[in-house]
Amino acid sequence: MILASAGNIVVWIVWVGAGFACLASGVAVVSFSNPFYSALALIGNLGSLAVLYLLLSAEFVAAAQVLVYAGAVMVMFLFVIAYVGPRMETPWAGGPSWQSVAAVLAAGSIFLEIIVAVALKAGGRLSHSDHVNSTFGSPGWIGRLFLTDHLLAFEITSIVLLIAAVGGVILGSHTQRRSGEEASTS
Amino acid sequence: MSGPGVAWYLGISAFLFGTGALGVLVRRNPIIVLLSLEIMLNGGNLALIAFSRHAHNGAGQIFALAVMAVAASEVCVGLGLVVAIHRRRLALDVDRLSELRG
Repeated sequence: MILASAGNIVVWIVWVGAGFACLASGVAVVSFSNPFYSALALIGNLGSLAVLYLLLSAEFVAAAQVLVYAGAVMVMFLFVIAYVGPRMETPWAGGPSWQSVAAVLAAGSIFLEIIVAVALKAGGRLSHSDHVNSTFGSPGWIGRLFLTDHLLAFEITSIVLLIAAVGGVILGSHTQRRSGEEASTS
Repeated sequence: MSGPGVAWYLGISAFLFGTGALGVLVRRNPIIVLLSLEIMLNGGNLALIAFSRHAHNGAGQIFALAVMAVAASEVCVGLGLVVAIHRRRLALDVDRLSELRG
């Protein structure tokens, strides 16, 4: 009993820490003027989200989050930011424009709408069961689901990734060809 | 183990989604717009995984992995566009990139 309540307290402490880091780094991504710092804050956001996924016993998704997002995608972001060069932008400079006021109002109303919908529609019924299988969220379980129940989603995901890779190559090579043509004509 | 309930996770996910929406609407640098889009997608992912745990059903985690793949491909195309814009010596400002004409 004491051990269970101690584990409970540890879960709450980890949840509060990860949740606070998640929210703070999310705000930091939006408010930093240097895109390099924004990308670094997003890495922190993804890492703390992975901790939250672990608390929800989604181990494979947490590992994929760290590998795919915080590893591959963010390296790509940092590479492009380094290639383009950090361009400072002060989003809140010069007083509030009507555009930023409208954006804050729109984002706040989206937030409130979700909260109200969750509270009204599912307020009392959102307590998950304490017991969870030991296989829940494990790689083997996810793999079995992917290859049995969700095979179509798996295949379509691979096609989407292939199309994106082809699109990236075309976007990169097209401009190169165009600049080559300009160089040859001039 | 009974930690925080699903509603707490949904609160975090709603806040993340709102923050990302604010970034998409306010910022003008397309790279930061893409970063804010990632925050919105992650807010959705967190809600999916919380509901997956709540309903004890794996479909939510499968969907979250699919969202992750879609986000990776979106970043691939989006950063390709940013690099193409940069090569054309155009301004990296979504307010000034209002024409699709090459």
